[in-house]
Amino acid sequence: MATESTTDFTLDTAAELAAGEHGVIEGKSPWLLAWRRLRRNYIALAFLLLFVVIVVICALAPVYADHVAHSGPNEGHLGETFTRDGKQVQIVSKGGFVNGVFVAGGIPVGPQLWHAGGRYVFGADNLGRDVAVRLLYGGINSLKIGIGSALICTLFAVLLALLAGYYGGWVDWVISRFFDLIWAFPVLLLAIALGTALSINGFHHFGINLAQGSLWIPTLVISYVLIPYVGRPLRGQILSLREKEFIEAATAQGASPLRVMFTELTPNIASSVLVFFTLIIANNILTEAGLSFLGAGVQAPNPSWGTLIADGQDRIVTAPWLAIIPGIAIVLTVLSLNVFGDGLRDALDPRAKVRIEH
Amino acid sequence: MIAFLARRLIGAVLVLIAVSFITYLIFVQIPGGDPAQRIAGRTATDANIADIRAKLHLNDPFYVQYWGMMQSLFNGSLKSYASQLDVVNEIKKGIPATLSLCIGAGIIWLGFGILVGIISAVTAGRMSDRLITVFALIGISMPVFWLGLIARYLFAQGHPFQFLPDGEYVPLTSNPWQWFVHLLMPWWVLAVLFIGFYGRVLRSNILDTINEDYVRTAKAKGLPANRVLVKHVLRNSLIPIVTLFGLDFAAVVGGSAILTETVFNLHGVGQYAAESTQNLDLPPIMGVTIYATFFIVFFSVVVDFLYAWLDPRIRPT
Repeated sequence: MATESTTDFTLDTAAELAAGEHGVIEGKSPWLLAWRRLRRNYIALAFLLLFVVIVVICALAPVYADHVAHSGPNEGHLGETFTRDGKQVQIVSKGGFVNGVFVAGGIPVGPQLWHAGGRYVFGADNLGRDVAVRLLYGGINSLKIGIGSALICTLFAVLLALLAGYYGGWVDWVISRFFDLIWAFPVLLLAIALGTALSINGFHHFGINLAQGSLWIPTLVISYVLIPYVGRPLRGQILSLREKEFIEAATAQGASPLRVMFTELTPNIASSVLVFFTLIIANNILTEAGLSFLGAGVQAPNPSWGTLIADGQDRIVTAPWLAIIPGIAIVLTVLSLNVFGDGLRDALDPRAKVRIEH
Repeated sequence: MIAFLARRLIGAVLVLIAVSFITYLIFVQIPGGDPAQRIAGRTATDANIADIRAKLHLNDPFYVQYWGMMQSLFNGSLKSYASQLDVVNEIKKGIPATLSLCIGAGIIWLGFGILVGIISAVTAGRMSDRLITVFALIGISMPVFWLGLIARYLFAQGHPFQFLPDGEYVPLTSNPWQWFVHLLMPWWVLAVLFIGFYGRVLRSNILDTINEDYVRTAKAKGLPANRVLVKHVLRNSLIPIVTLFGLDFAAVVGGSAILTETVFNLHGVGQYAAESTQNLDLPPIMGVTIYATFFIVFFSVVVDFLYAWLDPRIRPT
């Protein structure tokens, strides 16, 4: 598919390359150059595709629940049966002899793949809930929290870094001490303490009302505790950008502080922010899983990948799929973001030192 | 240097005070119920609750309560609301398990992280480098508690092996061999994440350093490649690793090992913290947070000095 346009930024740059060969010389923006480097990194692109596929599959959870599994995420099916290859199978075994074989009670049925007509593809849990449905809905929650907290965290970190870096002086002092303080806190401990405290009665202060069990609680807790991890390096970058001539020129032309911050400084840190954003989603999905595992994140009966593992841990001997499958989902998602984030960093700035510490 | 030391120490003390105060505020401002009510139990009368409130000074203004709590934390008389056990004592009981876990894991992740970093840097671009990169990325993408569960399932619960004990901690003093065997899985599980991370950091550090002029000079002098690598390249590339290790080690001792301790039921400080948080038991949370912050702040001061000692370029003047 050839396009006439050579000036637009299009994904199909073959035409543009051809134009380049014929001696048309154009200015290329750093973003375009970065895209060219990224385009050659097939591994990074493949993992980006994997992430997109995971997001799309999770987003289709309601469709899957209604039309394939015929069961909602929190719908228990204790004492019910389903048909597998023409035979009736107990969803959660009641114990006793089934077809002449002794079965202990309370053991949920294992992964059926497609033998049960789309039901119980990944088996059931101890309440007879469909694990595959819960996995997809849990994915929605984990991704919402991961992406949401990454957005909030990055937004605040950028704003604070801009203020601290641009104004310097006491503003910088206050913001830096704020970073220091959160930094000195044991991150996981702080998140657990906040998460537990908030999950009991919700949060009802300063006109903000968060119900108990709201997804906003883990989202905000995670974004809050990770602000300095993004804010500190960005502040450093802005401090050095602040001394550059183009800022001086903008100020001399009468640009207001807001204008300097948002039209001069922000574009220059955009590439770091983008990389941080990608890597911090990965980090936040792991943090959410850890919090939920300890009971300080997503609250029952809402599923998330972390709570699914926590639910499955006591039954790992009798029903190992309960803990193993959500873990694989986490690893694939986080891995795809890490690999893509890595490729993105190499593409945007091959020598950048942007890094997320776990 | 003395001024630098003094400034850092004063800063550290201020951070400790601020952190303890914030922890206190989190639990006073966002209460999940009245502690007096929880201690009194379900059948308590209003008089009982009022009595407990008075005994615990819960009617005082919050800064008086805070001060009282800090005093009792430092003279060791702070008691848990839930179990009435001594907080300082409980933390002390957990320290051997936590330190055993963290020191062992630290040795593994530092050693293997450096090894992995050197191998992948020396063979950069080749198959071994790519494989290591893949494994490192998988390592940092795994939730540590999930890895712990899987390790227990595979090696301790008979699917397919059962040659390692399934969790719990055995004190070093009571049986060194059992101590070692019980910690083998937790050590590796905790270390895996860091091995991948350190390997990647060191790899990029080495690749940066290897292009420096002084390395070219050393090669031009005719020094053997191994000597250049160890004496010239590694010496510089390892400096950031030292910093990283100090901070990570402190973070792990100060609470990041919570998940590993919980999965393997090691009864360390982290698990104590996790259990207290689930009960919203304020005094132990205060105690553990102060303990954890102390480690983090103390190690960051140590790291600053180590850094200044290793790298004369950033020595404070």
